[in-house]
Amino acid sequence: MSIIYMLLAVSVVVALIFFVAFILSVKDGQYDDVYTPSVRMLFEDELVKPDSEKESSVNKVKSN
Amino acid sequence: MENCFHCGDECREDSLVFQEKPFCCSGCKTVFEIFENNDLSYYYKLENTPGISPKIQESKYDFLDNAEIAEKLLEFDDGNVKIISFLIPSIHCSSCIWILENLHKLQKGVRSSQVDFPQKKVRISFSAEEISLKSLVLLLSRIGYEPYISLENYESKKENINRSLIYKLGVAGFAFGNIMFLSFPEYFEINEFWLDQFKHIFRWLMFSFSLPVVFYSGSDYFISAFKGLRSRILNIDVPIALGISVLFIRSTAEIIMNTGTGFFDSLSGLVFFLLLGRFFQHKTYAFLSFERDYKSYFPIAVTRIKDDGEQITEEQVQVYKVQKGDRIIIRNEELIPMDAILIKGEARIDYSFVTGEAEAVEKKSGDKLYSGGRQLGGIIEVEALKEVQQSYLTQLWSDEVFKKDKNSGFQSLTNKISKRFTVSVLSVAILSAAFWMFYDPSKALNVFTAVLIIACPCAIALAAPFTLGNLLRIFGKNKLYLKEASVIEQVAKIDTVVFDKTGTITTNKQNSICYDGLELAEEELEMLGGSLRASNHPLSRALYSILDRNSIKTPEVFQEFSGQGIESDYGDKKLKIGSAAFVGNKPVAEGTLEKTSVHVSSNDNYKGCFTFHNSYRNGVEDVFEKLSAGKELIILSGDNEGEKQKLQELLPAGTAMYFNQRPGDKLEFIKKLQQRGKKVMMVGDGLNDAGALAQSDVGIVISENINVFSPACDGILDASMFSKFHEFIRLSSKGISIIHWSFILSLSYNLLGLGFAVTGNLMPVVAAILMPLSSISIVLFTTFSTQQIASGLKTK
Repeated sequence: MSIIYMLLAVSVVVALIFFVAFILSVKDGQYDDVYTPSVRMLFEDELVKPDSEKESSVNKVKSN
Repeated sequence: MENCFHCGDECREDSLVFQEKPFCCSGCKTVFEIFENNDLSYYYKLENTPGISPKIQESKYDFLDNAEIAEKLLEFDDGNVKIISFLIPSIHCSSCIWILENLHKLQKGVRSSQVDFPQKKVRISFSAEEISLKSLVLLLSRIGYEPYISLENYESKKENINRSLIYKLGVAGFAFGNIMFLSFPEYFEINEFWLDQFKHIFRWLMFSFSLPVVFYSGSDYFISAFKGLRSRILNIDVPIALGISVLFIRSTAEIIMNTGTGFFDSLSGLVFFLLLGRFFQHKTYAFLSFERDYKSYFPIAVTRIKDDGEQITEEQVQVYKVQKGDRIIIRNEELIPMDAILIKGEARIDYSFVTGEAEAVEKKSGDKLYSGGRQLGGIIEVEALKEVQQSYLTQLWSDEVFKKDKNSGFQSLTNKISKRFTVSVLSVAILSAAFWMFYDPSKALNVFTAVLIIACPCAIALAAPFTLGNLLRIFGKNKLYLKEASVIEQVAKIDTVVFDKTGTITTNKQNSICYDGLELAEEELEMLGGSLRASNHPLSRALYSILDRNSIKTPEVFQEFSGQGIESDYGDKKLKIGSAAFVGNKPVAEGTLEKTSVHVSSNDNYKGCFTFHNSYRNGVEDVFEKLSAGKELIILSGDNEGEKQKLQELLPAGTAMYFNQRPGDKLEFIKKLQQRGKKVMMVGDGLNDAGALAQSDVGIVISENINVFSPACDGILDASMFSKFHEFIRLSSKGISIIHWSFILSLSYNLLGLGFAVTGNLMPVVAAILMPLSSISIVLFTTFSTQQIASGLKTK
C-alpha cells in the first residue's frame, strides 16, 4: 500500500505543473487582454504574394 | 442616397465614384486605394464600411522630429528597433484590429504590431532605419487611425499592471481544490485500517497547501484589519482576519495533537470565495480613464519662433520648456497651452472647454488669451505670458481637492454593519466559552474557536461585492460607466444634484432657431440662403443648414468682414447679415445681446434677427421632474443668463440657478453645499467642471462620445442614455436594500451555524458544507435580485 506515497507525489507534482503554467501565463500578460485574441483567431489566412510584387505596391504607398 | 464604401457616411452630391464604389470624400477614396494596392481589401470584407475618414494636418506632428520628445514616447529603443504604444480612439471593429496588425504589409520597416482592443491601443515595433516615428504616425493618420498623443504621454511612466489579485485567487483556488480532494476520505470518518495509516500524511499535506493561502492569498485581510484596528475602526476585515487565523491555528493544533483533521478545507474555501468576490467587484473599463487632468488634453509640443537676430526660424519645443515672452504659433484647431497675448492673426477662440460658454469669441491683437482655449480658423501668433503650470486653467489642478483620495472618508455599508457584528460575535464566543468553562472545561476552548470559525462573515463580506459588481455591469451595459463599485453606495446617499448647463443638459449642437422681426419675403429668403452658403463662418453654416432652402440665389458681389458679418450685392438689392452693430443701427431688443444671434438687413433696412437656442437633451424635463421628488436640484452654469427664462419654464419650480460661474466658483459652491451637510452629485461635461467633479461626493460626466476624453470623475454617462438618469439613481438605492436583505439572509446562516458551535458539535464536514452553501446562496440571491430590479431599465 506504500504505493500511495508515490501516487500522492505524482498527483501533487501534476497539480503543481498546471499551477506554475497558470502563474507563468498570467505573468506573460495573457489575461490582460482577453478580448482581442477571440477576434484575431477568426481572421482568415491570406494568400501570400511573391516578394517582387509586394515591393512595387509598397512604393505606390510611398508616392501617395 | 448611397453610403460611402469606406466610412459609411452618406454621400452628398459631390461624392466620388471609384471602381464602381461610392466614396464620400477623396480622403476615404485614398485610404481605399492604399488598401487595394497593398492587397489589404480583406479589410472591407471583414465588416461593412469599417473605415474612418482621415482628417489630418501633416504639420501637426512636426514635433516628433524632435529627438528628445520622441524618446520620451518610446517604450523601448535599442537604436534600430523601437517599440511604441499608441492610443487610437478610432479603433472600433474587427477590421480595425486586422488592418493594424497587418501594418507590416503596408509599410516596410514595421516589424510587428499588436492591438489591445479593450484599451484601444496598438503596440508597434519598427525599425528606425527604415521608417521614422513621424512617418509612422503620419501613415496611421493617413489610413484613418490617428494616434492620440498628448502631454500625458510625455510624462507617463511605464505602467505597472497589478496582477496580484489574479495570483492570489489562483493560489487560493489551487489550494482549495487540492485540500478538498485530500480531506475527502475523512469526511466519512470510516475507521478503516488503511485510512488510519495514511491520515497523517494527508493532514500534513493539507497543512502545507494551506500555508500559501493564509500567508499570501489572505494577507490583504490581515493588513486591512491591522490598519483598521490601528485607526480604531472595526471594519469587515477584522472578523475575517480573526476567522482565518482561528481556523488556521485550531486546525494546526488539531493535527499536531492528533485530535482531529482540522478545517483546512473551509479555510481555503473561505479565502477563495472572498477573493472571488473581490475579483468580481473589480470590473474595469479599460478604454475609459477616470483620472484625467488637463495633461490629456494639452499638446505635447508647440511651434516656437526663434529669432536670433539674423533669421527667423520655427522650432518644435516641448510645452514645459516654453518661457514667458516666447513667441508661439497656434494653428487651426490647436489648443492654447498657456496664458498669452495675441500678437498677429485673427483669433476665434473656443473656450467651451474651459468656461462652458458655447460661443467662440473673437480676439484682436493685444488681447489676452487664456490657456485651454482652442483656436478656430487661421494661424495666430501669440506671446506667452506665463508658463504652462502657472496658467489660468492649469492652476485649478493645484487645488488640494485633486490630491486627496475621495473615498478615504467614506464608510461603506459593510463596514458599518461589521462593527456591531464583530462585537456580538465576540460576546457570543466569550459567553459560551464561559458557560462551558463552568460545565465542561475541556470543551471551552473548542467552543470558543468554533464560534469564531462559523461566524466568520464570509457571506456578509460577499453581499456587497456581488450586488454592487452586478449593478456595475448592468450600468455598463446601459452606458453608465462607473469608476468602481463603491460609487453606487455613494449615489444611493445623494440628496442634492448639481447640473452644469452647456453640454450637460444641452446638446453640443445648436439646432433650433427662432426669428424675430419683420417677415422676410420669399425673394429675400432665397438671397439669404445664397449669401449664407458662400460664407465659411460657423454661424452661417449652422443657419444655412437649419433653413434648408430648396432654391437659393447666388449673389453677384459677396464680401465677408471678419468678426462682423457678410455683405452681398444682388444689383438692385443689398443684404447685410451679421452682428447687430454691423447690420444696422436699430436698437437691439432686450435680452438678445446675451444670446447667439444673427441679424439681417436688406438695403440697410433692419429686418430682424435669427436667435439660436441651445437645444436641450431629450428627456431633460422628465429627468428633472422625477428627480425633484426628494432631491434638491441646482443648475450651475459658466454661461451667461441668456437661457434663464427658458430654463425656468422647462424645469420644475424650485430648481435653483446660478450663472457666470467660473471653474473655481463651481468648486467652492460644491464645498459650501457639503459644509451644510449635503451629499452632492455633480453632473458636468468639460474641464471647467473638473474642480466641482472632484469636490463632489459623486461626479458624473455626460459625454456625447465616450471615446473623447472626459475630465476626472466617478462615472461617465453616454449622452444617449441621459433620459434614464433618474433610473440609475433609483437602481442604486434599490441595490442598497438588496444588500440589507442579504445581510439578513447571511445572519440567519450564522445563527444556524452558531447553534452547532455553542453546543460543541461543530464537525469539520458541517463547516465545509455550511460555509460554501451560505456564500453560494448569497451570490445567487444578489445576482437574481439585481437582474430583477434592473429589468425596468431595459423595457422603458
